[in-house]
This record gives sequence, structure tokens and C-alpha cells, in this order.
Amino acid sequence: MNRTVATPLTDDVISDLRAGDRVLITGTILAARDAAHKRLVELIEKGEPLPIDVAGQIIYYVGPSPARPDRPIGSAGPTTSGRMDAYTPVLLDMGLKGMIGKGYRSQAVKDAIVRNRAVYLAAVGGAAALIAQSIEAARVIAYEDLGPEAIREMQVVEFPAIVVNDIHGGDLYEQGRMQFERKVGS
Amino acid sequence: MREIDVAEIRDAVARLAIDACYHLGEDVVGFFERAVDEEESEAGRDVFRQLLENATIARGGNLPLCQDTGLAVVFLEVGQDVHFAGGDLGSAIDEGVRRGYGDGFLRKSSVTAPFTERKNTGDNTPAVVHTSIVPGDQVKITLAPKGGGAENMSALSMLKPSQGRPGVVDFVVDTVAKAGPNACPPMVVGVGVGSTFEGAALLAKRSLMREVGSSNPDPVLAELEDELERRCNDLGIGPQGLGGRITVMDVFVQDAPAHIASLPVAVNIQCHSARHKQVVI
Repeated sequence: MNRTVATPLTDDVISDLRAGDRVLITGTILAARDAAHKRLVELIEKGEPLPIDVAGQIIYYVGPSPARPDRPIGSAGPTTSGRMDAYTPVLLDMGLKGMIGKGYRSQAVKDAIVRNRAVYLAAVGGAAALIAQSIEAARVIAYEDLGPEAIREMQVVEFPAIVVNDIHGGDLYEQGRMQFERKVGS
Repeated sequence: MREIDVAEIRDAVARLAIDACYHLGEDVVGFFERAVDEEESEAGRDVFRQLLENATIARGGNLPLCQDTGLAVVFLEVGQDVHFAGGDLGSAIDEGVRRGYGDGFLRKSSVTAPFTERKNTGDNTPAVVHTSIVPGDQVKITLAPKGGGAENMSALSMLKPSQGRPGVVDFVVDTVAKAGPNACPPMVVGVGVGSTFEGAALLAKRSLMREVGSSNPDPVLAELEDELERRCNDLGIGPQGLGGRITVMDVFVQDAPAHIASLPVAVNIQCHSARHKQVVI
């Protein structure tokens, strides 16, 4: 069963989300990946203002393929989230409420998710053409020089994702694997 | 002696890049179609449904299968009776990549100075080219866009010869377990055993050009492939790492003679967007 959620995510909605829940997200989200995260965190360390406000937002880890002239965006599936682990806790501490990507997160990120009442969701990696259908508009709002790695604001309608890490300590990657693992010799 | 204009190679490379990124092979599509029914996990079946829908949308020619259209890995098999005319072969291949990735609205993912500035080259060049000289007067070009997510989870180990077959099995299964959801399962696993450090890696990469579902003509390797596939699927990682029976679509092993002191094993992981196209000129 899919449940529909709207952005910005409220604490009530977040506390209701459990690892394994399938959600369809509608509203505004941000898109950023490696190079943009590095720049944001360098600014934070220097005590300088950010070009975007992360409070209450969801960041989607994506570097889309180029948009054709008649389209809002190219293919736009998630990239591997682990590369953002070094930067994510500080953004969560600044009020970031959600991340969409694929793959494992570090313990420090999972702790920061619980501490800040946030959520980590996965989209299907490699379903990039399908996911692009749920992105109705996108515009670069910072770091245009980074090309595919620029920060974008996206309007999404029923963007498909699944909850991986919730505020209750749930972890879909661990739970899912445990359910289907067959030990050697068993 | 047969003369081939490098412009022909350039145009073929451009076409292959676009074709590979928009048209998923029938072997992989067929696997997804069976897996929609066979996967026991509900979340896993949903992943396969999404991947089938994704492949259909991409075939329409507007949106590539994945936003990560990779670095362009090119295998060239050049007949020894061929003479290339009209320019430099390497530049022609790069020009083909430049045109294919430009005209096809494919993402440019190549950065120079990888441990410092990481500046995008802007046209996805250079291609990664592996050339072999073979008998005859033809040229076979295979182009495989290789995404970063799965490539990052690949690994190589110089085992001790005493570790033997069990050592090889453990290293492959461990590598797949660590890759987990990061490598976009269901994966294709390419394994190179023997040769030298770089030779093993190339065997592994080359094995990924096989069709999903094909079996190794060598019965010893075919049996190893079957065991590896079973062991990887027993990990329970499942499609996208959400838990399930299908973690790998296939495991391919290629071997070569090794040094008396060595047992190199390379594991090259390929995500489910297992893209490669070839043409013979």
C-alpha cells in the first residue's frame, strides 16, 4: 500500500513513518549530490550563510541527465547516499527533515535521523526514466557551474519512495535482508 | 589489407552509446519479466515492475534508462589485416563519445584531477578503451556505459594460492554482501580469476559483456558460477537491497593462467542496468 505525503514533512507525519512504508511524495524538494554537499558544509564550517535554506526540506541525491528542450528534466534516479554521509549529520542538525537516495547510511547519519526527527527514503536506483515522470518542474537554484551536480528545486507529484531509516531506529536494509537470508549450511 | 576510415568508427561509437543507454538488452528485460513472478518479496516484485516500466519509457527515446550513463568503456577487437585511415583512431573514438553523449542527451560524468579539483570534462571523454588484435579484416566494437554506483563496489584481491576455490568463493560473496543496496541489485557479477593484477580486472570487466542467462562453456567454471549465484542469492539482499530472493541476475567467471605465486581475483559489479551494445564493421 502506498501512502501519500506532502512536503514540507511535519513531525507528525515523520513520527508515523516506519521502515518499509511505501510513500508517494508531492510538493517541493531540493536536489543535491557530492560536490554541492561539499560546498555547503565548507560554508557552514566557515560560519557563512548558505545559498539555500535546508530547514524543513527534503534533499534528493540526484544528478539528472540533461533535459531535452521540451522537458522539465532528464532521467533522474537516486545516486548512492553513502557518499553524502560525511556531510549529512550537520545538515540534519540544521533542520533538514529528509533525504532520498539509495544504499546504506553510516551510524552517525542514522543517529542524527533519530535525534532530529527526520527520515531516510530510498527510490529505485536505475528507474530514472520512470522517476522523471513524477518531476513536473525543476530549476537550478545554486551552483550552476556544477552542471549535473548543481542544486535544484523540484516540484514532484507522487514521487515513489520507500522508508529505509525512521526515527524509531527501523532500518529496512537490515530487516529486509534478515527476513530472506539463508545461512550457509542451513 | 582492408582500409577503414576512422570516421566510420566514430559514428559507430556515437550510435552505440545512445543505443546502449536507451535500449535495455532483451536478456535483461526477459529476466525482469520472469522475476516479477518469481521474487518472493513484495517490495522486490514492485522493484521489478518499476524496472520494466522504466525500460519501456526509455525505449521511447526521450529519457535514458538511468541518469548515470557512465564512463564509456569500449572493447575494440581489431583484425590484423585492417588499416585505419583518415585520422587518429583514439581521437575518433573520443569524438564518437562526444557526439553520442551530446546528441543523446546523456549525462557527462567524467572528471579530471580525480583527487583534487574533479573538474568535469564536459563531454564524457576520454573513453576507456581496451584493444585486442585478432585475425581477420574486421573490427568489432563493444560499448558499455559503466555507472559509478556499482563500479565503486567492485574489488580485487591477490589471494594466496593455498586459499584455492573456497577463497575465491568467499571473496566474491563478501564483495557482493558489502555492495548490497549501493550497487543497485539485482546485479551482474563479473569475476576474473588468474592472470596478473590488471589482467584479472580486465577478465572480470570483459565477462560482463556476456548475456544474462548464458552459461560458461567450461564445466568447471559453469559449476563455480552456479554456486556463486546460489550463495549470492542466499544473502537475502534482494532487489534494491529491500530484502528478497533475487540479489544477482547472473555471475560470470573467466579464468586465465596465473603466476606460480599468485591467485588474483577481481570482482566487477554491474548494476541491473546492464548496458552493452556491439557492432562489427
